Amino acid sequence: MTNVMVDARSVRKRYGSNEVLKGISLTVEQGEVLCIIGPSGSGKSTFLRCLNHLESINGGRIIVNGELMGYRQVGNVLHEMKPSEIARQRQSIGMVFQRFNLFPHMTALQNVIEAPIGVSKVSAAEAKKLGQELLAQVGLAEKADHYPSQLSGGQQQRVAIARALAMKPTLMLFDEPTSALDPELVGDVLDVMKGLAKAGMTMIVVTHEMGFAREVADKVVFIDKGQIVEMGTPKEVLDKPQEARTKAFLNKVL
Amino acid sequence: MAEEEFNSDDVVAVPLRHPWRWVFGGVASALLLGFIWAIYSAKSIQHEIVVQFMLDPRILEGMFVTLWVTVVCMFIATVLATILAIMKLSENPLQRWLATGFIEFFRGTPLLLQIVFWGYLGIIFPNLFVGIPFTDIIFFSGQTSQLIPAIMAGIIALSLNEAAYSAEIVRAGILAVDSGQVEAAKSLGMSGGYTMRRIVLPQAMRVIIPPMGNEFIGMLKNTSLLQVIAVAELYTQASTISSANLAQIELLMVSGFWYLVMTTVLGFPQRALERKYGKGFAVVGARSEGRAFKVGKR
Ligand SMILES: Nc1ncnc2c1ncn2[C@@H]1O[C@H](COP(=O)(O)OP(=O)(O)O)[C@@H](O)[C@H]1O
Ligand SMILES: [Mg+2]
Repeated sequence: MTNVMVDARSVRKRYGSNEVLKGISLTVEQGEVLCIIGPSGSGKSTFLRCLNHLESINGGRIIVNGELMGYRQVGNVLHEMKPSEIARQRQSIGMVFQRFNLFPHMTALQNVIEAPIGVSKVSAAEAKKLGQELLAQVGLAEKADHYPSQLSGGQQQRVAIARALAMKPTLMLFDEPTSALDPELVGDVLDVMKGLAKAGMTMIVVTHEMGFAREVADKVVFIDKGQIVEMGTPKEVLDKPQEARTKAFLNKVL
Repeated sequence: MAEEEFNSDDVVAVPLRHPWRWVFGGVASALLLGFIWAIYSAKSIQHEIVVQFMLDPRILEGMFVTLWVTVVCMFIATVLATILAIMKLSENPLQRWLATGFIEFFRGTPLLLQIVFWGYLGIIFPNLFVGIPFTDIIFFSGQTSQLIPAIMAGIIALSLNEAAYSAEIVRAGILAVDSGQVEAAKSLGMSGGYTMRRIVLPQAMRVIIPPMGNEFIGMLKNTSLLQVIAVAELYTQASTISSANLAQIELLMVSGFWYLVMTTVLGFPQRALERKYGKGFAVVGARSEGRAFKVGKR
């Protein structure tokens, strides 16, 4: 009996008249790593942002850890939740952004402990201990007192991962975490992510790093124009793609 | 020959020289000295009166009023401005319209007019009361002129007007914060209010403080307008003295000197604040290495 962590059912999202997600359905089981690949503008980021309700959805539903995200169902109508309830739901979903989005006015350690102290009401001493441990886990123990502007891109992204982990999430979302990095810095970030996957974290990763997808992913989906074109194991999707669109895309990126 | 020069390792680097700074500095010093001399040698100015009133108790009292009214007004104005700015950025159209209306109204009429209006409130509404409209229920009532003395009227007028201007400064500061910051905060489960307080406003401060320093100095000088409703601040005190001894120019010089001292001193806390909120940000366009003038070797 496996445990479904993410259950997305025909998720639809429109910006004005532009339908960006045209019914995305997929499931991720606990401890699984799902990699999402696809051309730019196909809706990958939008889908991730719907998962933690940074964007509202126009159709379908998203269930994370058994809870309907962002809405309450009464009969067959979905009512959007109050901001405080949505904030509570987001606490168990970590997110890592392409541009890091570290808080520039705080040191690395302060970035990591801000939410545990301010949101989860963990004591300052306990949060600091946890923060130091997490920074050590991403290999940045000695950078705790550095401001983001004093860190390289790869170091910033690893602090951002530690910051997300500090809320003890059950699910981690990564939106092209290495796309803004110099090539020689990509490896360190991917290593941290591999470590997380090995430790059993459930992860959804939007990425162009095919090597990472092949090595770590349990499942790969190829999304194009707001629809899932192909889904399966890395071998099935990356090595023996069935669809012409997948083949064309893979030819371009490999 | 040239080859030899390039190959020599025994060289010294000399920083760029700035000859025009010397020219400019010389011209500016000459003008300043000329001006001081003109004032010093003017027969119509009685210098001993300037010296005599420089530390007059009424002048010092006036300075004290000027200072505390400025600080109180800027405090109220900054709090109101932050609320107005957040309202103006709100998704709720009613809040946006309210804030916009307030800002337009107080920016669109002269400050002097607003001060006189608040000062005359006692004539328009001789009695103030707090109660439920259209009923006889009154919780509290009193004479307006007693409830709102001149200094209160002045503080209300200056604070509301300043809030309208500062609201746009605060709004610009908030808009300067990258939207990714709010997303990161939300993704960590932070509420909107918490995000504003801990993530957005501290970053906005960096952009807000320099223009707010200007506003502070402007406020300090604008308190002199309270003379029209007889608030005993520095300028009022100086002009009361001069209407008795007819030494107008001399007392203008006294008050002018103290205004200059106060505005200069205000620069220090501003720089301290700029350092505090500048932490973690690489400074762009800051002063180049070294001082404006270099004297001595190299
Ligand atoms: N806030 C927005 N408003 C309007 N259109 C948007 C917005 N965000 C994304 N889009 C559009 O949605 C589409 C999908 O974008 P995105 O999810 O960022 O793609 P991807 O991450 O796959 O590159 C794009 O066409 C983009 O222009
Ligand atoms: Mg994207």
